[in-house]
Amino acid sequence: MSDLGRVVVLAGGLSHERDVSLRSGRRIADALRAIDVDVEVLDVDGRLLAALTADRPDVVFPALHGSYGEDGAVRDVLELLGIPYVGSRPDASRLTFDKPMAKAALRAAGVRTPDSVTLPQDTFRDLGAGAVLDAIVARLGLPLFVKPARGGSALGASVARTLDELSSAMVGAFAYGDVALVETYLEGTEVAVSVVDTGDGPTALPVVEIVPDTGVYDYTARYTAGMTEFFAPSRLAPEAAQAAVQAALTAHQVLRLRDVSRTDLIVDAEGTPWFLEANVAPGMTETSLLPLAIAAAGLDAGILYRELLHRAAKRG
Amino acid sequence: MNVPQSQPGSRLDNYVDRYAARTAGMTASEVRALFAVASRPEVVSLAGGMPNINALPLDAVADTVARLVVERGTVALQYGSGQGDETLRGQICEVMRLEGIEAHPDDITVTVGSQQALDLVTRIFIDPGDVILAEAPSYVGALSTFASYQADVVHVGMDEDGLVPEHLENAIAAVRASGRRIKFLYTIPNFHNPMGVCLSPERRGRILEICRAADVLVIEDNPYGLLGFDNEPMRALRADDAEGVVYLGSFSKTFAPGLRVGWAVAPHAVREKLVLAAEASVLSPPVFSQMTVSAYLETQPWRAQIKNYREMYRERRDAMLDALRTYMPEGTTWTNPTGGFFVWVTLPAGLDAKAMLPRAVTARVAYVPGTAFYADGFGASSMRLSFCYPTPERIREGVRRLAGVITQELELRTMFGTPQSQTPPAASPTTLAPGPDLA
Repeated sequence: MSDLGRVVVLAGGLSHERDVSLRSGRRIADALRAIDVDVEVLDVDGRLLAALTADRPDVVFPALHGSYGEDGAVRDVLELLGIPYVGSRPDASRLTFDKPMAKAALRAAGVRTPDSVTLPQDTFRDLGAGAVLDAIVARLGLPLFVKPARGGSALGASVARTLDELSSAMVGAFAYGDVALVETYLEGTEVAVSVVDTGDGPTALPVVEIVPDTGVYDYTARYTAGMTEFFAPSRLAPEAAQAAVQAALTAHQVLRLRDVSRTDLIVDAEGTPWFLEANVAPGMTETSLLPLAIAAAGLDAGILYRELLHRAAKRG
Repeated sequence: MNVPQSQPGSRLDNYVDRYAARTAGMTASEVRALFAVASRPEVVSLAGGMPNINALPLDAVADTVARLVVERGTVALQYGSGQGDETLRGQICEVMRLEGIEAHPDDITVTVGSQQALDLVTRIFIDPGDVILAEAPSYVGALSTFASYQADVVHVGMDEDGLVPEHLENAIAAVRASGRRIKFLYTIPNFHNPMGVCLSPERRGRILEICRAADVLVIEDNPYGLLGFDNEPMRALRADDAEGVVYLGSFSKTFAPGLRVGWAVAPHAVREKLVLAAEASVLSPPVFSQMTVSAYLETQPWRAQIKNYREMYRERRDAMLDALRTYMPEGTTWTNPTGGFFVWVTLPAGLDAKAMLPRAVTARVAYVPGTAFYADGFGASSMRLSFCYPTPERIREGVRRLAGVITQELELRTMFGTPQSQTPPAASPTTLAPGPDLA
C-alpha cells in the first residue's frame, strides 16, 4: 500500500470524449494498482461532489478529456474544495484548451504555428457564409485544416482541399462547438512531445512520430490499434527532434502548464516544428501517445503517475 | 533521461497483419464514441432498442428461478441439447401459433437470442460475395452479421406498407443479370426495425410468390410480431410457406432480453445444418436460460404480460408521435408505427443525421443515424428514434431537444449549403455492430 492516502482518478464526464476518458482513467488506475497504489475511479456527474466531500480524497488524478476536463471547470471545483490534483491549474487549462489562444501565445513566444483564422458560427450567419469562405481561401489558400476551437481526439476535424470541402468541414466542426479554427494544412512529419515534471523541472519524453495508414490521424486512426504506425523515438534528424522538444518545452512553460502535457507538432521538410495544439490532459488509453513516450523513455507508467501524485499531494 | 536509439515502428497490435479480411470494418468510430455519452442518464437516449422490462413481475420471475434451481438445478446447470430444450421447443410452437404458424418441436433450433439464429443462417448459406437481399433500410445487427460473412447486401425499397414487390422483382432481375447469386431475402415484416412499418397483408402473398418463382429463400425475422398496438398479430410469412421460409423468433421483447433465448424454424435439411453449426458455435444454448423461459411460460400469465408490454409501448409511441407533431420543424417526416419500438424520421432536405449527432449529444439527446441501417452508405437524411425505453415525459423532452437541434442544423445548412460533392459515407456496418444499446 502506498503512502498517498485516498487516490481518486476522475474519468468519464459528459464531453464528446467520454469514452476516451473512461479508457484513460482505467489505464491510469491499472498502472497505479500494479504498484500497489489504492485507487478509486469516479465519474463526473451529479454525484461527484457528494462523493468527494463524503470521503475526501488526499489527491486526485483527472483523466478527463474535452470540455469539463480540459477547460479547467473540474479543476476549478477541485480548487474550491481544496483537493490537490495532478496537472495544470484552471487558468492554464482554459488557455490551452482554447486552441487559437494557445497558438497566439506560442507565436508570441517565437514558436511557429500555421496561419489561421478563428470564426464563430454567428459570423457566417451575419456576414454570409460564401463571402467569408471566399475570404478565408483568399487569405490562407488551400488545403486547409478545420477543427473546433475547443475539443480533442480529432472530433469534428478534417482537411479541406476544395472550397466545397471547406463548407462541409465547417459544418463538421460546428457540430462539436460554436467556434471553428481554420488553419493552413501543413505537409510534414506529425509528432507529439510529452513533457513531465516530477519536481526537477519540465522534461521532454522521447518524440513520438505518428504515421496513420490512411494519412489522416483522425478518431478511427487514433483509437483502432493497428491503424497507425508509431515511431518512438521518432525518425527525425537529431536537430529536428531537438527543435520539436524545445517547442514542446516552450509550450509547457508559455502556457504555464504543470506536471504533464503533450504538444502536437508538424515538423516540416526543413526540420522546423510547427505548433498545432497542446493538451493538459493527454490521452492515456491503450493507443495514446503519452504512454508510448513513457515506454520509449524506459519508464514505468505507474511509477511516473505515482510521482506526479506525490508532487500534487505535496503541493496541497 | 536516456533516449534510446530509434526502433522499428509500433502498431500497438502484434497481430495486425494476421486478421481475417472480414475484420476490415471493425474499427473505432466517432459515432460509437458518442454513444458512450448517450448512455448517461442526463441524455435522453432515443437511440437504443432496449426492451423496457420494468413492467416485468420480478418477484414472480425470482420465485420461478429459485424453484428451478432447487427442483431441477442439476439439469438446468448442465450442458444441454444443441437443438435446445425439447419442452421449450414445444412451448415455442404454442407461441408461434398466435401468428398462424403450425410447426413441430423438431423444426425448431433454440439459439442465443435471434441474433445467433441470424448468425447461424448466414454462416450456413453465405460464401464471400454472395448476395443477400434486404430491405432499405434494414436492421443494423443483421447488416453487421452479413458483413462479417462478407456478403454483398442489395437493398430493396420499402414504403409505408413494407417491402415493395415491384422493387423486389427488379432487384432479383438486376442481381441475376449481373451474374451473381442471391442466397436469401432477409425481411422484418412486422413493426420493422428501423422503420416501424408492417408488410401489408395484401403484399405478403405477393412477396412469397415472387420468392418462390425466383427460388429465393426468405429469412423472416420477427422479434416484434406480438407487440402490435391495435389488432391481432399479423399472419407470419412462415405460416403460408413452410419450405420457402426460415423464421427467426425471440423472447427478448416478449419476456426478457438478458436471458438471450431466441429460435429458428427451418425446413428439415436446413434445421439439421443449423443444429450442427450451433453446436460448433456454442455446444448448446444456455440450458438455465431456456428452462427459465420454459418455467415462465408454464407458470406465469405470459399472454397478459405481453398485453402489459403492448399497452406500455403504445403509450410511449403516442407520446413520441404527439411530440413529433408538436415540435418538429417543417420538412421533417416520420412513419406511424402501429407496434414495435421504432419511428423512422426523415429530416428536411440537405440535413445529415450522422453529421448532426455531436450537436444532438451536446443538447443531451441521442438517436441512431440512418446510415447505420444501410450497407451502402445511404440513409444520411434519416434517423431511427426508439420509444421503447424512456418514459413518455422523457420522450417528449427528448423530441423537444431534438427539434431544437434540427432547427440549428437547418440554419447551418442554409448558411453553408449542401456541398455538390457530398457523397454518402463509406459503408461500414460492422463499426456500428448493435451492442446492447443499438439492437
